[in-house]
Amino acid sequence: MDINKNYFDFIGLPISFHIDQSLLADRSLELQKTLHPDRFAHQTEREQRLAVQYMAYLNEGIATLKAPLPRAQYLLHLKGIDTISESSTPVEPMFLMQQMELRERLEEIPELEEPYDELESLLEEVDDLLAQLRERFAQCYESDLESATAVVRKMQFLEKLVTEIERLEDRLDG
Amino acid sequence: MAYSEKVIDHYENPRNVGKMNDKDENVGTGMVGAPACGDVMRLQIKVSDEGIIEDAKFKTYGCGSAIASSSLVTEWVKGMSLEEASELKNTSIAEELALPPVKIHCSVLAEDAIKAAVADYKEKKGK
Repeated sequence: MDINKNYFDFIGLPISFHIDQSLLADRSLELQKTLHPDRFAHQTEREQRLAVQYMAYLNEGIATLKAPLPRAQYLLHLKGIDTISESSTPVEPMFLMQQMELRERLEEIPELEEPYDELESLLEEVDDLLAQLRERFAQCYESDLESATAVVRKMQFLEKLVTEIERLEDRLDG
Repeated sequence: MAYSEKVIDHYENPRNVGKMNDKDENVGTGMVGAPACGDVMRLQIKVSDEGIIEDAKFKTYGCGSAIASSSLVTEWVKGMSLEEASELKNTSIAEELALPPVKIHCSVLAEDAIKAAVADYKEKKGK
């Protein structure tokens, strides 16, 4: 095992945006068993320490590869692009306009008579947009890195919105 | 994270929240966003025939520092000429609000927003 390998190689998956979730689950479980602390109880301290390091790296890898946004961000990271901590980046005005409108709609939901209906349809709309972006990312990240990066930035706006929608849902349920 | 008193004040009592008619030819609209944190900001100015900003409105979906930065900018630019407004620096915003280093990008966003609003107005007027 080698934590200098990227997460895909470490876990044993092909480097791709499309991943086989059941394969990811199987490989993860296998590695987690191999690295279980009980197995190292009688080994040297150095080996125990390494196993803990591998396990931490494995768990980071699983979390990163499991969900589409961190997976896409990681694929860009492997190509030297960081969309997570970049500061100021111009974004398409039309897209921003849409983001503004979606957030305005979300803000008005608590005042509606049937807030859950609107909440549901808003979430569906956002999920559709995200699905389209994932599709687009899968198509272009190998051939057109610039477009792929722009797609991930859009995904980041929409995932933030999903978090906000879920937060409101919790508040309404509360 | 601890916010400064000024940030909290602007966050709890944001000035000039709202929307102007962006079809109005005296209104300039700046729309900006920060992909890293998902913040979206709209800043609008209403400009007199003499080129003075008469009114400003904003709407920001984001953290307290982003809201405070845009709120502060709408206060500052009222009465300014377009040139003065477009010379506004994010460092003055960050200083006034005592923003910590990790929140400097919020003031950059507000600077970008006022610049975009001025540019939009000028484009409309064909100047």
